[in-house]
Amino acid sequence: MTSDRLKGFVVPVLVLLALEAGARITHMKSDSLAAPSEIVMAFGEAVADGSLLQATRDTLVSAFAGLAIGGLIGLLLGIALGMIPVLDRMMEVTVEAIRPIPSVALLPIALIAMGFGYRMEIVIVAFACVWPLLIFTRAAVAGIEPRLIEVAQALRLSTDARVTKIVIPAALPRIFIAFRLAAGVALIVAVTVEITINPLGLGAAIMTAQQALRPDLMLAYLVWIGIVGFVLNAALVFAQQRLFGRAAMVEEAR
Amino acid sequence: MRNKILWRLVSFAMAAGFVMLWQMIANLRLVSPVFLPGPDRAWASLVRGFSTGDLSEKLNGTLWHMALGWFLASLAGIIFGALIGSSKAMRSYLAPTLEFLRPLPVSAIIPVAIALFGLTQGMALFVIAFGAIWPTLLATVHGFAAVEPRLYEVARALHMSRLAVIFKIALPSASPDILSGMRLSLTVALILSVVCEMLAGLDGLGHWVLLSARAFRSADLFAGVILLGVIGYVTALMMEAVERRLLVWRLRGH
Repeated sequence: MTSDRLKGFVVPVLVLLALEAGARITHMKSDSLAAPSEIVMAFGEAVADGSLLQATRDTLVSAFAGLAIGGLIGLLLGIALGMIPVLDRMMEVTVEAIRPIPSVALLPIALIAMGFGYRMEIVIVAFACVWPLLIFTRAAVAGIEPRLIEVAQALRLSTDARVTKIVIPAALPRIFIAFRLAAGVALIVAVTVEITINPLGLGAAIMTAQQALRPDLMLAYLVWIGIVGFVLNAALVFAQQRLFGRAAMVEEAR
Repeated sequence: MRNKILWRLVSFAMAAGFVMLWQMIANLRLVSPVFLPGPDRAWASLVRGFSTGDLSEKLNGTLWHMALGWFLASLAGIIFGALIGSSKAMRSYLAPTLEFLRPLPVSAIIPVAIALFGLTQGMALFVIAFGAIWPTLLATVHGFAAVEPRLYEVARALHMSRLAVIFKIALPSASPDILSGMRLSLTVALILSVVCEMLAGLDGLGHWVLLSARAFRSADLFAGVILLGVIGYVTALMMEAVERRLLVWRLRGH
């Protein structure tokens, strides 16, 4: 296992060394590439003047706000559609018609309705986050062991109690998987919106670095965006394993 | 069966109800018509766009970007995925790097691509292909790694060449994974096509919706967004049909 771990580092390290050597030997002056050492320097610079942290905060605030709003909407709709099959069948065409609209297509609408800033970005992220939660929650709720529902009926639980005591706990492992997927989507959509149009956060910072012909800073931001995505995903996978253990793994394999 | 059709009709009626609600909101001007055109105006804009050929040209542009990028990504994803997935050594050296790159918001590569290629078609194709390769690549690696080991033993006993093993055993066995990866890639390709068209001003629906928004032509904007939704829907449907067609053998059992 440890030797496998080490093997994983071989390729990235070799690539970095080759890039560094190539840049040194050719005395590269480029608008699009930079030696790894320069990238590290630019990264340190951006950390030191606080611009990196500020940009990271802006992106994460938008991504999480959108995730919270869109996720909640998706969760509630998913529970409703999963518990009431009649409603599910009635809404089928509507859901199928809205879902395939690519989130970035809403960008211009959000732009003219709200202008630049957090709000338009949060709305677009929220739209993108509705679907994973809606689809997974609906399937999870509809797939709950029928005997649990019968028990709830026998106990004459109210609808509230049925949702909070039976449905949500039973569906939680799959809902968490949906949440994890949605968190990844939220970050991707937030960065995409920023790169495309919104002068905010990491996406805007990397675009500015490109336009300022600072390849070192641009690549530093690229690596940092990769790290943020990786850490977010790793943290959620870890939380999933801690919270649900094998239950979540089994569900995912399905 | 009749019941199913009936429910489908009810569901369509429901969706029609929502469109009527939208029309009423627009007629009563609850939302300024600058932001929200009625469905009648969006429809009129669609018809006008297709009769003058403006919109069909943009539609072709987007479909072309998306299809070409997706094709390149699928081809490269399957080839590299097969190479990495079929060798245990390659897997242990490369899989960690791939896992690190997987959660990277791919749109972050756009500034780098712009620095390398400028605001050109080539840039767009590079970004779309780079972004769309990941789902297919990772699914192919997974599919190849999960091939029943006894099949390889059979291949060895039959003295099959490595190419024969790949084409006769591994590829068919991994095809369900590969196809579901390609379906995800398709969604990514559409999103990135729209983003690249917006950023680089390339002929396509992305550019069209952004221009319409900037000129406050909300009917044209909604027409473009609706078309993008239709593209998403139709391509997903086609992919599903292909999957069902190609994977018929799985349902029959072995």
